[in-house]
Amino acid sequence: MSLPSNKTDFVLKIKNASLAFGERTLWSNLNLEIKQQEFIAVLGANGSGKTALLRAILGQEKLTSGSIELEGELVKKGSTKIGYIPQHQNIDASTPMRAKDMLLLGLEGHRFGLPFTSKAANKKVQHILGCVDAHEFANKKVGQLSGGELQRLRVGQAVIDEPDLILADEPLSALDLAQQKVIADLLDQERRDHSSAVIFITHDVNPILNMVDRVLYLANGKFKIGTPDEVLRSDVLSELYGTPVDVVRNQGRIVVVGAQDQDHHHHDQEKWQ
Amino acid sequence: MVLFDFSDYAELIPLVQNSLIAGLLLGLVGGLIGVFVMTRDMSFAVHGISELSFAGAAFALLLGFNVVGGSIIGSLFAALIIGYLGAKAKDRNSIVAVLMPAGLGLGILALALYEGRAANKFGLLTGQIVAVDDPQLFSLVLICSFVLITLLFIWRPLTFASVDAEVAAARGVPTRALSIIFMLLLGLAVAASVQIVGALLVLSLLVTPAAAALRISSSPILTPLLSVAFAVTSVIGGILLALGAGLPISPYVTTVSFLIYVVCRVLEKLRARA
Repeated sequence: MSLPSNKTDFVLKIKNASLAFGERTLWSNLNLEIKQQEFIAVLGANGSGKTALLRAILGQEKLTSGSIELEGELVKKGSTKIGYIPQHQNIDASTPMRAKDMLLLGLEGHRFGLPFTSKAANKKVQHILGCVDAHEFANKKVGQLSGGELQRLRVGQAVIDEPDLILADEPLSALDLAQQKVIADLLDQERRDHSSAVIFITHDVNPILNMVDRVLYLANGKFKIGTPDEVLRSDVLSELYGTPVDVVRNQGRIVVVGAQDQDHHHHDQEKWQ
Repeated sequence: MVLFDFSDYAELIPLVQNSLIAGLLLGLVGGLIGVFVMTRDMSFAVHGISELSFAGAAFALLLGFNVVGGSIIGSLFAALIIGYLGAKAKDRNSIVAVLMPAGLGLGILALALYEGRAANKFGLLTGQIVAVDDPQLFSLVLICSFVLITLLFIWRPLTFASVDAEVAAARGVPTRALSIIFMLLLGLAVAASVQIVGALLVLSLLVTPAAAALRISSSPILTPLLSVAFAVTSVIGGILLALGAGLPISPYVTTVSFLIYVVCRVLEKLRARA
């Protein structure tokens, strides 16, 4: 583990941030300071503003008020200090990108100038290929990888440039439970090795429960921040949702029952199995 | 009717020196930019741009202005409209489909009104026979160098934005600006190609070689190299073959280019079976 950065104690500072679309307030007066190596899970129903928060951190969504600072500077549109892991989506099979090319893009894809790749960069790609156990498919087209292989690679792509902050947007969705565990453990290991803070957006906290330091729970334009034990409780979530919610703990897993989706089009019970 | 006649060949070559240099440059530019045309799914847009480029060139011819200039204006106009209105592939296709006949129609109008040499008219649509004069070559060198240098400079971020836009944007790659710059470069490359192969056949230089290369390679280094090799082979081969017959070069260029594509598809199949 490396020492904390000398520039600032916090990787990310969200100060009095509010975001509203017209009449609808997603969240307001959000304050959150994230330390190095801290693992934050962002939970909440569909439409509660999880992805909007992520977009705001990426400078792609303008806050209604307040500010977000990354390493002491106001966020701009994207940053090389950020490693980003998107939701799993199939990549077109004809895309001319092999697994190792994807890692290289994570390292130097943002650089302008003649596209020469240094020996050091290639060495780093080889190293990360090993870290995410991807040597086997290093020369395969990304469009031909399985969901688990691709997301493993995404973790590698996100950490290869040693970012201060890793943003993950539902990276485990569409994966089976065994794969979810592999990816989550990998991410946990890599962020420790590279001492990056993590903001992890998810529907299901269970695959990452043992690595989460704090939870940011968004619902009904309100939010709650704290350790999983402080936030993932029946009384806390019932207050947040304004309706009775049961948090059931069973064999080390957490299930939230009765939390209504904010999206009024469907009133299914939302469950995190 | 002679399709090939290679007597007096040695005397003919110096006469087409300019064309060969132009062909080499276009092959280089077309092969490289073609890879991005493919990964950004813009083949159809190339065709739309080339029709507007044709319209620009035809009006320049009619009004006695510089034809290359007219062709560039038409190209850039189309490229910017398509880039601005057609960020999504679906929108883009319909915009191109609307622009294309409009451009072609205007171009035909201008040609119908033009009373100069018929070869000039025809050349804009289907390519020149062999004559590339010095000023024309000079403007081609200028355009192609600009496109090449800019393309190499933005190569990596443009690749990132083209194959993995969401992550590229998160990493601070200016995806929007890059797509506009790319459209401008594409417009220039199309305008340059129209001079040699004609508006109707630009795809054979800007799309076919890259499409062929992508059939047999997914390496980000080998693919553009193959694409350039295919494009250069098509143009230079086409010019040299056309020389023997005194026919327009475009049928030869397009045929060579098409055959390369077919061979690549066959290779791909064979490899998949192996």
